[in-house]
Amino acid sequence: MSLLNVKELKVHYPIRGGFFRRVVDQVRAVDGVSFELEAGETYGLVGESGCGKTTTGRAIIGLNHATGGEIIFNGKNLSKMRGVDRRASVKDIQMIFQDPYSSLNVRKNVLSIIAEPLRNFERMSPGEELKRIQALVDRVGLNPESIYKYPHQFSGGQRQRIGIARALALNPKLIIADEPVSALDVSVQAQVLNFMQEIQKDFNLTYLFISHDLGIIKHMCDRIGIMYRGRFVEEGTASDVYNNPQHLYTKRLIAAIPEMDPEKRFEKMHLRQSINEAYKTDYNTYFDQNGRMFDLKSISDTHSVAVQ
Amino acid sequence: MAKPVLEIENLRTSFNIKGNYYAAVDGVSLTVHENEIIAIVGESGCGKSALALSVMGLHNDKNTKLEGQVNFKEQNLLSLNRSKWNKVRGKDLAMIFQDPLTALNPLSTIGRQIEEPMDYHLNLSSTAKKKRTLELLRRVGIKDEQRIYKQYPHELSGGMRQRVVIAIALACDPIVLIADEPTTALDVTIQAQIMDLMKELQNQIKSGIVLITHDLGVVAEMADRVAVMYAGEVVEIAEVRELFVNPLHPYTRSLLNSIPSNLSDKERLHVIEGIVPSIQNLNRTGCRFAPRIPWVPNDEHEVSPILHEVETGHFVRCTCYKNFHFPEEKVGEPNYVTT
Repeated sequence: MSLLNVKELKVHYPIRGGFFRRVVDQVRAVDGVSFELEAGETYGLVGESGCGKTTTGRAIIGLNHATGGEIIFNGKNLSKMRGVDRRASVKDIQMIFQDPYSSLNVRKNVLSIIAEPLRNFERMSPGEELKRIQALVDRVGLNPESIYKYPHQFSGGQRQRIGIARALALNPKLIIADEPVSALDVSVQAQVLNFMQEIQKDFNLTYLFISHDLGIIKHMCDRIGIMYRGRFVEEGTASDVYNNPQHLYTKRLIAAIPEMDPEKRFEKMHLRQSINEAYKTDYNTYFDQNGRMFDLKSISDTHSVAVQ
Repeated sequence: MAKPVLEIENLRTSFNIKGNYYAAVDGVSLTVHENEIIAIVGESGCGKSALALSVMGLHNDKNTKLEGQVNFKEQNLLSLNRSKWNKVRGKDLAMIFQDPLTALNPLSTIGRQIEEPMDYHLNLSSTAKKKRTLELLRRVGIKDEQRIYKQYPHELSGGMRQRVVIAIALACDPIVLIADEPTTALDVTIQAQIMDLMKELQNQIKSGIVLITHDLGVVAEMADRVAVMYAGEVVEIAEVRELFVNPLHPYTRSLLNSIPSNLSDKERLHVIEGIVPSIQNLNRTGCRFAPRIPWVPNDEHEVSPILHEVETGHFVRCTCYKNFHFPEEKVGEPNYVTT
C-alpha cells in the first residue's frame, strides 16, 4: 500500500464580481491531480511559477483547503477528517519551507523554534525536551551551543538546517519540501541536498520535493510529475521524463535548461526553436479546445502522458 | 581581437561600515571588447553586483569610496561629476536589472518609460520617438507593440516586463550593456527565451555585454569569456570553452562540482567547506580561498597571489591550483558548520 495517495485533488478559488459579489468563476489552481507516493521514495513535483505545485503541497498538509478529491495518507482519508483526528494524523507530515529567512520566527531562539512541534504534540519534561533538541541540532550538523542563538545569527544554509531540524522533531513519515534550496547559493545548495539525502536514509523518510529547478529534481528524485496550469502533463521515473519526454510542454521545459557544455549551445537553441514551431503545428494533439490538458494515459508501466 | 570598449583598471569599491571602509570589490581589472559577452560569475557577496554598480556610478557617494580607473570613451568615469556622468549613463552605458517589476515605474506607461532615456540623450521629435519605441518593442520580440506601448507594467507578465527593460537599455544604442542577473527572477522557459533574445540582439547591435550571474548554465549558454569572482577578487579568467573544459582555480572547480545537473544521479554533490567570509572579517593577505581548502598545504599558496597567465587569455590567481585535488569523500560524518 502506498504511503500517500492523492486522488483527483482540486483547489479552486472563487472569483467574485457583479451584483452582490456573487461567484462568477473559479480560478482552478489545482484541477484534478492524482499521484501516489511509496514509502521511502522521493517524488518530484516540477513546473513553472503559478502551475499549482506549491498549492498541491500545501493542500496535502492542510494549509490550503482542498475543494475536491481525496488525500489518503497511511490508509486514512485526510480530506474527510476534521479537528482532533486530523491533527493527530497530520503530525506525520511535515514541511520544509522555501525561504529560510522568513520561515523562522526572528523573536524565538533555536531551542523554542525546534521545540514548538514537540510542545504541540508531545508531553515532555523540560529536561527530556532539551535532550531531544540537542540530539536534533547535532544531527543537522549545527553546533550544540547554538540552541540559545537567534535566527539572524546564522547563515542561509544553517537556517535551512534549523528548518529541517524542526521538521524532523516529531519523526515524521512524509516531508513536503517546498523549494528547499532555491533561496540558497550553489555551494550551500549542495550541502543541504546532500544532507537531505543522508537523513532520508537514517529516518526512512518519504519526500515530496517541489521545485522549479529540473537539474535538482533530476538529482534528487526517483519519480517525477510535471505540472502545468494546475494539471499533470507527464509522470514517470526520472529517466522516463528526462531521456524520453513525450509531451510538448515537457520537451520545452527540458530544452530550456541551460546547457553546461558551451559547444552545444547552438544545438540547444535550434532545439528550442523547433519546439516553438511544434507548438504552432501540433497544439491540438496536446491541448483541447479550452487549452486544458487531457487526462494522463499510461504508455509504459511507469510512464504516463497527457495526450488525446 | 576586437577593440576594447571598456577598461576597468584596479577598481576598488569600499563601503563604510561603522566608520571603517571595507572593500567589496578589491582590485579588479577587466577589459570588455566590442561585440563580446563577458560573464562575471560568483556566489552572493563576492562583489559582482558591486562591480556593476560601480561602473554605472549608482552607488551612494556618501558611504562608498571608489578607487582605480574605469576607462570608457577616453575618459575615466570615476573622475566625472554627476552631470557629466548623466550624459554617459543610459546612453553609451546602459543597464538591465535583475527584477523587472522593481526596475519599472508602476505609474507610467511602457511607451513613456522607453522614451525617457531618449528625452535626455537624443534630440528627437515626439513622432520620431514613438516610431523608434515601437521598433524597439518589435526588436525585443513583442508582437503587439501598439497595445503594449500604452499599457502599464502590472498588465504584463514577467517575461514581457524583462523584454521592456531590455528595450529601455537599448533605447540609445549603448556601446556597453551591463546585465545584472537578467534571467534570475524568471522561469526556466522564459529564461531560455530571454537568453536567446539577448544573443540575437548581440548579433545585431555589436555592443559589449557584461553579464553578471551566479548560474553557470547561463554562462555556458551565453558568454564568450568568463571571469570568476571570489571575495572581491577575480580568481580566474578564460574563454568560455576553456573554462568549462579546463577549469583550474580550486574555487571554479568546486563550483562546477557542486551543481547537480553536471553529475549522474544520486552521487553526492561536492560541498565547499566553511562559509563565504563577510567583508569585515575577510583576511586580505594571502590566498583568499585558502580557508575553504584547508587540506592544501600552506606552501602551495602564494604569499601575495597574483593572476598568472597559464595559456593565452587564461588567467588564474595564486599557485594553489597546480597540485589541487579534492579530498576523498567522508561519508556519514556530519559536516560541522561553526557559527
